[in-house]
Amino acid sequence: MAQAIVRVVALGKSYPTAAGPFPALRGVDLAIEPGEFVAIMGPSGSGKSTFMNLLGCLDTPTSGDYFLAGRNVAHMGKDKLAVLRNRTIGFVFQGFNLLPRMTLEDNVALPLVYSGIGRDERRALARLELGRVGLSDYAASLPSRISGGQQQRVAIARALVNAPQLILADEPTGNLDSHTSDEIMTLFAALNDEGITLIVVTHEPDIAAHARRQVRFLDGLMVSDLPTPARRAGQARSAC
Amino acid sequence: MLKAMLGEAWHAMGANRLRTVLTMLGMVIGVGSVVLMMAIGQGAQYAVAQTISTLGSNLYILISGSTSAGGLRSGGGGGPTLTVADADAIAELDGVSQVAPMQQGTQQLVHGANNWSSTVVGTTPAYFDARSWTIVSGYPFGDSDVRAATRVALIGQTAADNLFGADDPLGKTIRIRQSPFVIIGVLGKKGQNLDGRDQDDTVIIPLTTAQRKVFGNPFPGSVRLIMVQAHSAEAMPAVEKSMTALLRQRHRLREEQDNDFYLRNLAAAADSAAETTRVMSLLLGAIASVSLLVGGIGIMNIMLVSVTERTREIGIRMAIGARQKDIRAQFLLEALIISVAGCLIGLVFGVLGALSINAVTDMVIVISGGSVLVAFAVAAGIGIFFGFYPARRAAALDPIEALRHQ
Repeated sequence: MAQAIVRVVALGKSYPTAAGPFPALRGVDLAIEPGEFVAIMGPSGSGKSTFMNLLGCLDTPTSGDYFLAGRNVAHMGKDKLAVLRNRTIGFVFQGFNLLPRMTLEDNVALPLVYSGIGRDERRALARLELGRVGLSDYAASLPSRISGGQQQRVAIARALVNAPQLILADEPTGNLDSHTSDEIMTLFAALNDEGITLIVVTHEPDIAAHARRQVRFLDGLMVSDLPTPARRAGQARSAC
Repeated sequence: MLKAMLGEAWHAMGANRLRTVLTMLGMVIGVGSVVLMMAIGQGAQYAVAQTISTLGSNLYILISGSTSAGGLRSGGGGGPTLTVADADAIAELDGVSQVAPMQQGTQQLVHGANNWSSTVVGTTPAYFDARSWTIVSGYPFGDSDVRAATRVALIGQTAADNLFGADDPLGKTIRIRQSPFVIIGVLGKKGQNLDGRDQDDTVIIPLTTAQRKVFGNPFPGSVRLIMVQAHSAEAMPAVEKSMTALLRQRHRLREEQDNDFYLRNLAAAADSAAETTRVMSLLLGAIASVSLLVGGIGIMNIMLVSVTERTREIGIRMAIGARQKDIRAQFLLEALIISVAGCLIGLVFGVLGALSINAVTDMVIVISGGSVLVAFAVAAGIGIFFGFYPARRAAALDPIEALRHQ
């Protein structure tokens, strides 16, 4: 098997509080191979958001190690982490998080600005990704002119534009109705079929069912790690 | 990258146009007032420097001592303590370039039906160089005129205007104390001196003629005033010392005796006038700088607000790969654009203001490239200085916290 894209070893994170350090994550071991589609589940306070922030290199662990594409990133500085987020990871957020004053094309191209890519190439790549999510016609529109589902598609295009090795989606359907949610998850499934590694954090079992593997968190620990073969096959068929 | 950031800064500023314009206005007023005030200050300095240069440079005036007769003391210049021979001896000293013994007073000038009261100066040809008088027509008198006590005169513009009107005074005759004088030259215009006295209201005649025909002199060979010009400002202290020593020796003064003459340094008076205007222009600049500072604080204020408002945006940018220095550069660039644009507009307004003051009043306004450059550099400095703190705050945000911000 290929080298794991994500491998965490005894990963722990605690936050300082008035009553002493609070352990949000208490030693998690997990490996995710390239091409996987993993759902991370758990109730609020289970540590799944903390885990997500660590996986996304937005935060650093207080104990344990995190190997992203083979490199230990547990002790990297802020700027190195920023470069890593830029090149290796694509983010999809619950609230879409598009910049409201920028056109969709500029929004999609934004990660490329920080990787130092020239304007013409940025445009070309952004248009390509917008086409991939089916929104080529809206390149010059502002985010406020399109629906929530469309905004999330743009956000996915933005996550894809730098050809990352990993896409992290934090409650990507939390702000969407069930029909649109289905569309987004179908898009994710299609991207996964193209070989893109996906990690989706959600508390909805319906959403998690689109993934091939489900990881559950509770009280800062990983409590289960199971494949979802049957349902995934059914969903994949309905996507076609 | 820079081009992309410039575009984004433009967008961000455009999104809040009124706020951007108002913030810029602070800089516009600051820079405008600095430029205007410096123009006024430098104008004043220029005007004073012009006046000083008409005085002649590096000048001393020696004034003969006072006398006391029956308890009545004359003022300076009343006693016959300085002589033409003193003047000749001073001319031999190192560092002295011109020495002109003088006798002057106010006399009535008469030409035909016109008459006019003016300052008559009896002196030697060295006086023209010492006072840097120009001669617009005719020629100055020479040493032979002084020796022969010829009745020739050079006339200043004001006196000429009042006696001759539009006529050319050259070759005409005026009478001073009944003696006829032929005008052999017309002096160039000097304007007012530091006291506000019209320097052009004058007639210059040979010293000997003045003493014999105009003022009279009970003590032959004596003079009331000697004008001494040093080669350079640096030579002045040495000249002052050697001149005093020479005169004390020539006048046979003992150690304990006071000088029987007065020595006045005209350069010192001029320097103090120049210093006064320099201080004034500095003060004007300082007051104007305060408004520039206030403008800078305005930029900082608005940038802090902008950082708070755009916290979520900063979080998004960080999540997708902006490094701290990228965020810092973005906000710094915005502050810089506001201050530099404000500065440019302020420069235009300042220069326009200075020009309109110049057009409306007869105040001298000097806009130097230096003051414009200084204002520009200061504005850019203010943009960086006051933009740095907000930019650093933006860059130091935690991406997770920033993303959660609503």
